[in-house]
Amino acid sequence: MDNGTGIGARVKRKEDQRFITGKGNYTDDINLPKQTFAYFVRSPHAHAEIKSIDTSHAAKMPGVVGVFTGEHVAEDKIGGLICGWMIHSKDGSPMKAGPHPILAVGKVRYVGDHVAVVIAETRDLAKAAAAAVEVHYHVLPHVVDVADAMGHKAQIHDVAPDNRVFNWSIGDEAATDAAFKRAAHVTKIDLVNNRLIPNAMEPRAAIGSYDTGTDAYTLYTTSQNPHVARLVISAFHGLAPEHKLRVIAPDVGGGFGSKIFIYAEEVVCAWASKRIGGRPIKWTAERNESFLADAHGRDHVTHAEMATDADGRIIGFKVHTKASLGAYLSTFSSCVPTYLYATLLSGQYAIPNIYAEVDAIYTNTAPVDAYRGAGRPEATYVVERIVETAARELKMDPAEFRRKNFVTQFPHQTPVIMCYDAGDYNASLDKAMEIADYKGFAARKAEAAKHGKLRGIGLSAYIEACGIAPSAAIGSLGAGVGLWESAEVRVNPVGTVEVLTGSHSHGQGHETTFAQLVSDRLGIDFNNVSIVHGDTDKVQFGMGTYGSRSGAVGMTAISKALDKIEAKAKKIAAAVMEASVDDIEFKNGTFAVKGTDKKMAFGEVALSAYVAHKFNSAEIEPGLKESAFHDPSNFVFPAGVHIAEVEIDTDTGVTSVVNYTAVDDFGNIINPMIVEGQVHGGIVQGIGQALYEGCVYDKQSGHLLTGSYMDYQMPRAADIPNLNLGFTCTPCPSNPLGMKGCGEAGAIASPAAVMNAVTDALNVKDVAMPATPHAVWKTLQPMKKAAE
Amino acid sequence: MENFNYHRPASVDDAVKALKGSADGKLMSGGMTLIPALKHGLAQPSDIIDLGGLKNAGISVGGTVVIKAGTIHAEVAGNADLRKAIPGLAALAGGIGDPHVRHKGTIGGSIANNDPAADYPSACLGLGATIHTNSRKIAADDFFTGMFSTALADGEVVTAVEFPIPKKCGYAKFPNPASLYAMVGVFAGQLADGSARVAVTGAGSGVFRVAGMEAALSKSFSAGALNGATVPSKDLNSDLHASAEYRAHLITVMAKRAVEAAK
Repeated sequence: MDNGTGIGARVKRKEDQRFITGKGNYTDDINLPKQTFAYFVRSPHAHAEIKSIDTSHAAKMPGVVGVFTGEHVAEDKIGGLICGWMIHSKDGSPMKAGPHPILAVGKVRYVGDHVAVVIAETRDLAKAAAAAVEVHYHVLPHVVDVADAMGHKAQIHDVAPDNRVFNWSIGDEAATDAAFKRAAHVTKIDLVNNRLIPNAMEPRAAIGSYDTGTDAYTLYTTSQNPHVARLVISAFHGLAPEHKLRVIAPDVGGGFGSKIFIYAEEVVCAWASKRIGGRPIKWTAERNESFLADAHGRDHVTHAEMATDADGRIIGFKVHTKASLGAYLSTFSSCVPTYLYATLLSGQYAIPNIYAEVDAIYTNTAPVDAYRGAGRPEATYVVERIVETAARELKMDPAEFRRKNFVTQFPHQTPVIMCYDAGDYNASLDKAMEIADYKGFAARKAEAAKHGKLRGIGLSAYIEACGIAPSAAIGSLGAGVGLWESAEVRVNPVGTVEVLTGSHSHGQGHETTFAQLVSDRLGIDFNNVSIVHGDTDKVQFGMGTYGSRSGAVGMTAISKALDKIEAKAKKIAAAVMEASVDDIEFKNGTFAVKGTDKKMAFGEVALSAYVAHKFNSAEIEPGLKESAFHDPSNFVFPAGVHIAEVEIDTDTGVTSVVNYTAVDDFGNIINPMIVEGQVHGGIVQGIGQALYEGCVYDKQSGHLLTGSYMDYQMPRAADIPNLNLGFTCTPCPSNPLGMKGCGEAGAIASPAAVMNAVTDALNVKDVAMPATPHAVWKTLQPMKKAAE
Repeated sequence: MENFNYHRPASVDDAVKALKGSADGKLMSGGMTLIPALKHGLAQPSDIIDLGGLKNAGISVGGTVVIKAGTIHAEVAGNADLRKAIPGLAALAGGIGDPHVRHKGTIGGSIANNDPAADYPSACLGLGATIHTNSRKIAADDFFTGMFSTALADGEVVTAVEFPIPKKCGYAKFPNPASLYAMVGVFAGQLADGSARVAVTGAGSGVFRVAGMEAALSKSFSAGALNGATVPSKDLNSDLHASAEYRAHLITVMAKRAVEAAK
């Protein structure tokens, strides 16, 4: 409805009042009576046997309440961390998951691995005592680079003698090989998708609290999905049954995927609280711990080949990827380089034959798991870099080459599982080329050359599958959970509304967009709607927020509950107005009897529902509260075209992004301002990956060299040009709101756009990300020599 | 952070007394390096003697420019007389760190610390400044003796830095992409007598002069005069962000840009 706060309204975010004024309530802001503080002893070695741990000195240090190791965990039979998605290798064998205890037992496998915990009266005392825990290590050979790890002498887990977790494939190998035999041209490329460190603004934190009176635990934690945390901590760690474990994820300051996973530290805080007699235990990561021990992202090494026919049509695509999963399998790590990656290798193109093989590999590094885009940025990078390269080799305009191969008929079944339901890829390409003034590029390049700059342009026509995910479908692929969402709509007697949702907001603005949906549907102002999330004692169940799912899945669940609210409210209105329910019309917040002037406002019906004087409560139950679960019938497929233009200073190797255009098809949009913000953030993260961010472990020592902002370069405001956004719209057919997802698109599309521009400027096939000034300068040297 | 005793003396003599009376005391003038080092446990002094209480700040421009040791970078960057007398120095100060650092960090603190990636040492060396202490005057050429080390004796405190007014000078910095400290910073000055000085920071173990470039610029103070001028990479830093060869290359690029920017 058009009340200014409904669907499509560019309203300001409700939550920003408290965030901007410092009134947010994050885990570290919460202090419980008699709280203690935890500090973790972490491994200084990439790979070592633990010969002994002597905690006696630490235990006697001032203020120390307890010192615990893996032995204590084992005594209490607390299970290890799990990976919730089973992947089977080509040969049918299950993935090789090594043990991942919450405090190390026998071995450490990366620098930062959690060895012991010290609990003390203050954070400083805990830290001081942690330094007094004496761990005797026998250092073992280690390997940190995924390219070197398979069959390396450093054997990380007994279950995986060659360090390979699985060797998985998708697609038809024979048909793809046959297509390559027919090919007029084959394009080959080797690519590295650089390892990234998530860097959420709020570091991870937890408070575990055991209540001796009720024998129940409460865990405050920085989680994107508190119910999943409760399920895993209950069912797999075996800490307590679900009804004796409350998980609260209050305000959370960014996640980008890194807060989906269940981590050792939060489980330790909850478990150890009972060990110290029920005093709460708080842990807040120091920034260096975020670098060392948050799950990292990406880290792929890929060889890809693309076959084209004499007309420039893609007839086959073969990909082999080595994916590092770090030293342990994190919660969803196994699905990232498989079903979230290779199922998108068809891109926006009608490619009849695709075959991909993925070796997932252990390395002596922090676990690698989903990070904004999760598999889809990696897929887009491979597809869009090789498509651009093929166009260059075929001497075709990269835009025209793409156009020639676009999928134009829907639904479109790819050879790699996904069935695209709707899209108009030409529309996005046209609009992006217009906004970017693609035609004017040659003149801009010539102008840049006058100033000694190399200018390049690069396209990225990305597609992603999000709105994760149809439960039965992912179950058949190995997922351990279903990915539906739940919602409950509670109408108060005065007509205000509380929505309880299983989605979790940690920057997405759900308190605003979800309220806009309710405002639109019930015709009430969105300030009369509150959104409740992040507490397992309030919301019955939910699967959380990641994979751009909260709009398409979470809001659809709310929409379904609103359908039920409307249906019941109509019954009540009919009874009160003594009319047939079929004659009740609900519009702009008013229930009216067709053909009469009888009407009731939404609030009047709500009050009537609770007063229950004017209807037969044997037929209609009092109250107005409904819930719904929504399980999507398909993924949703946002797609679009991003165009980057860069200039390279040949004297220094510095690359500047000088122009950036993004045209996205997200289907219907609830709040354009929030969507633009999501796109901006995603693009900035992608520019960061392309030009600045790169996690580096030292080959010799296994130490994390980029362990602080002194060495890990985040994108800064000054690095980012004005971002020119545009939108096209093909409504999603698989949900009633016609929504796709917007949270990850920017990060998925942009690295390929930027790197296509960089390689265009330099006239080279590839530069490894991040294209730092040093890397670009090195690329320029042979050219300069050749020119001299 | 470990505990320490905090002093805020009102005179240099009291500061020296406090320093000498402490087991392992440190002078602090702004603290923009020391405080992060304390936080990370990299420095654990018994005592901190905060020179902020000396109120030793201010700039006087006459035949030379004298900047008192406690003057913050923002003041150097914004002082109208200085901007007229040595605009290249004011510009350098305006590019140190970030606004917070520029409003707390001081010239005395910076040069006494002599971080190999600090900006000020290059200006001192590139203009042939004189460092005033509580006991003597030291030529910049003698002051900077290596990584985090200076000619300061125990109990010697920097009180001011005196710069000759050059014909023109400029500074060009290539920041470390992550930390934004100088990865290569070059200060080029044409002194009143027409001779040139070139000082490099960030690239080596400490600030150093480049004789070949100075000779070329003394003949003609122009970027073109540096064509073909190179610095050997042998003794330069090599790390994650830049090899020694890249740093050597950047020294020439930044030297040219410093000359082009010179006012």
